[in-house]
Amino acid sequence: MRQEPPILEVKHLYKLFAPHDFRGDRKMAYKLLELGATRKDVLETTGITAAVSDVSFEVKRGELFVLIGLSGSGKSTLVRCLNMLHRPSRGEVLMDGEDITQYSEAQLRELRRTKVSMVFQHGGLLSHRDVLGNVAYGLEIRQVPKEERQARALEILRMVGLEGYEHEALGSLSGGMKQRVGIARALANDPEILLMDEAFSALDPLVKNDLQFELLRIREQTGKTIVFITHDINEAFKLGDRVGILRDGRMVQVDTPERMLEQPADEYVRRFIHNVNASKVLSVRNVMTVPGCIVKQSDGAHVALTNMRTSGVSSAYVVGEAMHLRGIITLEGALGVREGRLTFEEAIIKDVPLVDNPDLPIADIVPLAAKAAFPIAVVDEDHVFRGIVTKASVLSSFVA
Amino acid sequence: MGQWLTSFPGIRLHIAEPIDHFVRYINITYGAFFVSSKKLLGAFISAVNALLDLIPWWLAILAVAAISVRCLKSRRKALLYGGMLFMVGLFGYWEMMCETLSIVITAVLFSLLIGLPIGIALAAVKGADTFLRPLLDAMQTMPTFVYMIPAVMLLGPGKVPAVLATVVYAVVPVIRLTSHGISQVDEEVVEASRAFGASRWQTLVKVQIPQAKPTILTGINQTMMMAVAMVVTSAMIGANGLGMEVLIAINRMESGRGITAGLSIVIIAILLDRLTQGLVQAGKEDPQ
Ligand SMILES: Nc1ncnc2c1ncn2[C@@H]1O[C@H](COP(=O)(O)OP(=O)(O)OP(=O)(O)O)[C@@H](O)[C@H]1O
Ligand SMILES: [Mg+2]
Repeated sequence: MRQEPPILEVKHLYKLFAPHDFRGDRKMAYKLLELGATRKDVLETTGITAAVSDVSFEVKRGELFVLIGLSGSGKSTLVRCLNMLHRPSRGEVLMDGEDITQYSEAQLRELRRTKVSMVFQHGGLLSHRDVLGNVAYGLEIRQVPKEERQARALEILRMVGLEGYEHEALGSLSGGMKQRVGIARALANDPEILLMDEAFSALDPLVKNDLQFELLRIREQTGKTIVFITHDINEAFKLGDRVGILRDGRMVQVDTPERMLEQPADEYVRRFIHNVNASKVLSVRNVMTVPGCIVKQSDGAHVALTNMRTSGVSSAYVVGEAMHLRGIITLEGALGVREGRLTFEEAIIKDVPLVDNPDLPIADIVPLAAKAAFPIAVVDEDHVFRGIVTKASVLSSFVA
Repeated sequence: MGQWLTSFPGIRLHIAEPIDHFVRYINITYGAFFVSSKKLLGAFISAVNALLDLIPWWLAILAVAAISVRCLKSRRKALLYGGMLFMVGLFGYWEMMCETLSIVITAVLFSLLIGLPIGIALAAVKGADTFLRPLLDAMQTMPTFVYMIPAVMLLGPGKVPAVLATVVYAVVPVIRLTSHGISQVDEEVVEASRAFGASRWQTLVKVQIPQAKPTILTGINQTMMMAVAMVVTSAMIGANGLGMEVLIAINRMESGRGITAGLSIVIIAILLDRLTQGLVQAGKEDPQ
């Protein structure tokens, strides 16, 4: 069976900005860029700013893809090429396999009305309208009848937690609420792809946290594909299924947060990520939690099953004398023992991801966490079971 | 020798004469057109005047007071503005005020009819600004009498050339502020509109114009004030009304007459200014 094409695919995309009175040859700029020249070199020799050069990546349906880079790295320019607010100078942007750079104005309008919506850094909201009027804007543009668009807008407002605010003037809303309006406006069109250009960057940390959570929840609920721009690596790692790092208009690395931590493509990425670590030097002990379910080896499979049921989990840690860790038993394993297919000893999985020093820095267990099928068990030097560390807590520990 | 160093040399650019010829040529060639447009515009002004005459004096005063109470939220101002209008009547200038107002109103209407679309176009077309700005500057700084000459030549004396000259003078602020207001709209907001698939027209009507509304209204207000400021000047070409009254007073050195007529013009200006601003304020407070 053929694999479904990615919902969004960017191939060798360039966006060059030439001065208004530019007389020279753009080919020269491309040639230089192909040879690996930096943006600065190209600017000095040709006068052209290569905001985006030779960027390729793809985004899978339902994925939350984060683009990150310093100020001026070309994030905004790149994301505006994805809905053609900027026409790329060269390259392709494929949506469901169709190259939208070849679209006519009318086709682009249709695309923006139905398939791709955008959330802006400062909201880009219409201050002369109330909240409802803003959220319904996209539908109004599509000439959806008034009743229908207001009903839809109300529904979306409920989803983003703005119920009851529909007739508020924008001026009376806080920054966080305005961004919620921005998100609601983008969702009202029921797009397949949501583009978010530094949507949370101007917010203070607590509000930001709130909205990040909200975004993850909305994604869970709607399954939208999201391209999220940020300059904050913590935000990138917290939200992104995969992260692309931009530097001076070029894509340096595209990877999952885990793999990026594990194998940074170069020194630049390493330094970028180092910021994450520097923000908080934590040891395993700090992020360790109590496991949901522990059974003693002497208790046997029956107790294990009961304990798992009462705590609502599908695996339990098995400990021996003096809390020495023996391994993990899963629900299937325990059932197997009860049915007599296995002995209890056989059912215990001994190959548990393990850390035997609670004072290890978290950065050191990232590779382990990335691979592990179970939470990592933490034991002390005497092999006494101390707690567990989940993959999520390892990654979120990098997040302020 | 060296004469040319101390006084300007005898070279001359004879531009005044060709302009005279040009105006005369137009007058002759398109005479019929001017005659009929004069008739049309004249009829319009008369209609406005008749309409104003139809409003009883007490109703006008009551209306002014009512707008003051509703929009400016002040009884004191209602009393003040109503009283000011009553004064004009006391001076014996009620009819003349209507006559003057009919010219001002017509001129403002035409200024808006011409100025608003030009202002919008100016904001939309890149480069149009650099082209038209000097022209607008010239139109505004040119001594207003200068407009009178061709206007009279083409249309003969009366209210119609007065309106024409007033429009040329008063149209500038509405053009300028409309264009300014629209181009000042937050870039991100316009971009957002585009990002939702709005056409240029939709963006203009649903985003740019509403966002620029306060600035546009300021422009309209200024246009109105400038139209009032032209009242005396346009009396010089035979536009009857309060302006004419001032001119007569000057000729006869009748200070009292000059002051009462002048005061009446001031009262018109103040009322137009405050009441329209009040209406704008009230419009802003309404949701949407
Ligand atoms: N319209 C334009 N004309 C000329 N140069 C531009 C234009 N837009 C962006 N640039 C240049 O392109 C480069 C990338 O800009 P871009 O706005 O995409 O960066 P960014 O990563 O979004 O930065 P920030 O974090 O500041 O928003 C910058 O050097 C910028 O000066
Ligand atoms: Mg940006």
